[in-house]
Amino acid sequence: MMHKGIKILSLLLLLVTSSAVQAQEAVAENADLMRSNGKIYVVVAVVVTILLGLFAYVFNLDRKISKLEKNS
Amino acid sequence: MIRKSWWKIASFVLLLYTCSYGFMVEVPSPPGVPLKETIRNLFFHVPMWIAMMVCFTVSVVYAIKYLRNQQASDEIYSTEFARTGTVLGILGLVTGMIWANYQWGKPWSGDAKQNGTAIALLIYFAYFVLKGSLQDEEKQARIGSVYNIFAYFMLFPTIWILPRLAESLHPGGLGSEGNPGLNPKDTTNNMRMVMYPAFIGWTLLSVWITTLRIRVQLINHKRLNDA
Repeated sequence: MMHKGIKILSLLLLLVTSSAVQAQEAVAENADLMRSNGKIYVVVAVVVTILLGLFAYVFNLDRKISKLEKNS
Repeated sequence: MIRKSWWKIASFVLLLYTCSYGFMVEVPSPPGVPLKETIRNLFFHVPMWIAMMVCFTVSVVYAIKYLRNQQASDEIYSTEFARTGTVLGILGLVTGMIWANYQWGKPWSGDAKQNGTAIALLIYFAYFVLKGSLQDEEKQARIGSVYNIFAYFMLFPTIWILPRLAESLHPGGLGSEGNPGLNPKDTTNNMRMVMYPAFIGWTLLSVWITTLRIRVQLINHKRLNDA
């Protein structure tokens, strides 16, 4: 169960990073989204990353507590 | 999987929308209003207060429920919602101070609303001090619930009524119309498209976190009873 979770997580992580790399390449090619508008999209990327991390953490807690509930 | 998950997904989607589109949406910059880009704090600072009010309201409802039928689970709900509410209040106060530092010149101007929320939060701190000082669980629950009702009815005048009566740096103080959190002149329909989802998203996230704490406490309670 635990291993499955780690597998899924790492798969997701890989997907996200690979798509981020792709996005960066795309940006480098067709002039910059990330550098337009006073670079506000950089802040958006940071905030969205924090949000993703936060939700992953809360989601994991939720699952662990569900498991505890089943056991007790 | 996780329990009753649709609203958890909703909170995720809404916050993702808030934290991305919230930075891109056009904001008005009318002459004479020095807010400029900081008005985007509307999507982050104000929802803390909305979520806090929701948490404290749920908390007081469960406190009354506890007093009516002495169910231990109601007391756990009430305490944990008050806890999240207090955390959100602190976050709201701190984010407000950061904003105020650059908008009003200093982090604390003794504004009616700042003082009011500080008082309200101190009253809620006292709730936890009071509960912590009592050994007997039943007494803790009973006195805590009664105090919770008192705290809630102090919260209302300090953050909703007094700031409307006094001169305030916040919008909506004495002599100006509208409510003390929002100024209709500073917001546009476009911004409302982010603001309301932000309110709902942050509130749902805080409820989610609270339910996690509640579930842990319920497991603990059950274990103690079984042992």
